[in-house]
Amino acid sequence: MSKKRLTGVLMSLALAGGVLAGCNSSASGGGGGDTIKIGANLELSGGVASYGQSASEGLQLAVDEINKKGIDGKKLKLIKVDNKSDAAEATNAAIKLVSQDKVAAIVGAATSTNTLAQVQVADDNKVVLVTPTGTNPTITNKDGKVNDYVFRTCFIDPFQGTVAANFASKELNVKSAAVLIDSSSDYAKGLAAAFKTSFKKNGGKIVSQEAYVQKDTDFHATLTRIKASNPEFIFLPGYYEEVGLIVKQAREIGLDVPIMGGDGWDSPKLVDIAGKEALKNTYITNHYSSGDKDKKVQEFVSAFKKKYGKSPDAFSALGYDSGYFIADAIKRAKSSDPEKIKDALAKTDGLSLVSGKLKLDKNHDPIKSAVILEYVNGEQTFKTKVNP
Amino acid sequence: MEWIQQLVNGISLGSIYALIALGYTMVYGIVKLINFAHGDVFMVGSFVGFYSISIFHLGFFPALLISMAVCAIFGVLIERIAYKPLRNATRIAALITAIGVSLLIEYTTIYARGAQPEAYPDKLLPFKNVEFFGVKISSQSLFILAISILLMILLQFIVHKTKIGKAMRAVSHDMDAARLMGINVDNTISATFAIGSALAGAAGVIFGMYYTKIEPLMGIIPGLKAFVAAVLGGIGIIPGAMVGGLVLGVIESLVSASGYSLWRDGAAFVVLILILIFRPSGIFGKNVREKV
Repeated sequence: MSKKRLTGVLMSLALAGGVLAGCNSSASGGGGGDTIKIGANLELSGGVASYGQSASEGLQLAVDEINKKGIDGKKLKLIKVDNKSDAAEATNAAIKLVSQDKVAAIVGAATSTNTLAQVQVADDNKVVLVTPTGTNPTITNKDGKVNDYVFRTCFIDPFQGTVAANFASKELNVKSAAVLIDSSSDYAKGLAAAFKTSFKKNGGKIVSQEAYVQKDTDFHATLTRIKASNPEFIFLPGYYEEVGLIVKQAREIGLDVPIMGGDGWDSPKLVDIAGKEALKNTYITNHYSSGDKDKKVQEFVSAFKKKYGKSPDAFSALGYDSGYFIADAIKRAKSSDPEKIKDALAKTDGLSLVSGKLKLDKNHDPIKSAVILEYVNGEQTFKTKVNP
Repeated sequence: MEWIQQLVNGISLGSIYALIALGYTMVYGIVKLINFAHGDVFMVGSFVGFYSISIFHLGFFPALLISMAVCAIFGVLIERIAYKPLRNATRIAALITAIGVSLLIEYTTIYARGAQPEAYPDKLLPFKNVEFFGVKISSQSLFILAISILLMILLQFIVHKTKIGKAMRAVSHDMDAARLMGINVDNTISATFAIGSALAGAAGVIFGMYYTKIEPLMGIIPGLKAFVAAVLGGIGIIPGAMVGGLVLGVIESLVSASGYSLWRDGAAFVVLILILIFRPSGIFGKNVREKV
């Protein structure tokens, strides 16, 4: 009996929910009148919460600034949903934003996996999806087919590998390199493949290639093997947990050559794990640097510091850029219709953002600059900016 | 020269395995229970050490002692709460419980403090690299090797020369007969767990100092490797754990050194399979006929 009653209660709740959802649907196409609704589907809690929170802070700042002037008299309304750093939750959050809130565009998620979980929802419902920091190539382009409604404001994985290779052969003038890959990560493999191709094209030689898996802790044997091949440079595209240990152990066995990696290194924990001294002579490629002297960057850094009392990281910068990226498209489209926003986004050319000038290629991937940072005394310092 | 360096790498990796395996094998030797939660007590020890150093600003040795003490109490609690009620149940029940306890500890830790890693402070003890004929040996690994040998001798002494050791061996031989002889079986088993867990705690702090990074799931792989090391040496035999650990460390290093670093963990478990097929009692074990 009680089971039956429970079902009854649940059913009536579901019905009530349906009615409420129905009420919402009166505002269509991202909100009528004076507001345009933008959803944020980010990792506000869970394993990679720091990524999502940073992006959310940057995005909020951008929306606040845009609303001061308005877009042709309209204001943006940001609706934030937490996807708990989980792919299934990211899909649910996207469905909620699309069906209940009727947003014109979604910003999110901060990681590639959680973004991929929303791509289908965005394409099926014809809602624009912009990921600030999802770098996996398949987000915008799957099996040679472009996902019409999906965009990003960051460069893609292979680009970082190319930039690192050019930096190694042209700036550091090295002729031989070793590559140490996290074989459990597609991100690291993508960077490594691009690095190898470009480095060989520049006339360099890959003298040693080794691999490890996430959660390994002892790399002495592998590093000793690398040392025996006498490389002048090591490319190490991985995440900070293992990278920290590898850099530390490499210095322990006397492997003092320059080591370089990608944006996976970008965490304060890296410095804790590796130690300041071991990080000497290491470089990373990243999306942006708060030490960049560019006027646009410095304005953003001071506005961010004023609002949040801390220095913005790359996730905040790209979250901020996502806001302006969408606002610019809405302005040019003169409409809040996702269909038109999508067309305007795809035609973005030369939009000046914090993370560089943005132009999209035919795969909806930005062609833009990367920065190279050097660790000096445990601090990331701006080294140079590389244009594609 | 490279190969000698690799051998040295293997021995330092092996002494960590040996350190964890000592506690493993001792508990098995006395209670005949494979305590899968051992790796997680090791993790807890590592965190206790970390917090004593970073919050209470203690030195390395006080942190080591505190961690050993906390782990000893923790080990006794685990035994009293989880294993004691199952003492007369089948062995498989106790084994499954051990796996459950292991998962419980891991995920309670994640729930309590999150899954993010922590880094041990640099330069806890002054260490230098010693160089012998072009082979670099970090004095840290010599220190770890020395500690494991020391603890092995100490353990051997406790089990074979002291009163509580005699009681342990009696309990291991025949629990009921020991009780009839007036030995307090519960206390003896608790003491076994206390000593075994204290060893795990010590290993945790030393691991943290050597490898810097600690996290809530750090005990799983070293725990399994230590299990392989214990079986390799002959489970239940204390010097066997030491030798098993070193042999396993060297095997893993040589596999990595030959360029098959991704096969390293696989190689460790192949060793386990081979030893179980061809010499189930381990390197040091004698083939004893099962009493009927």
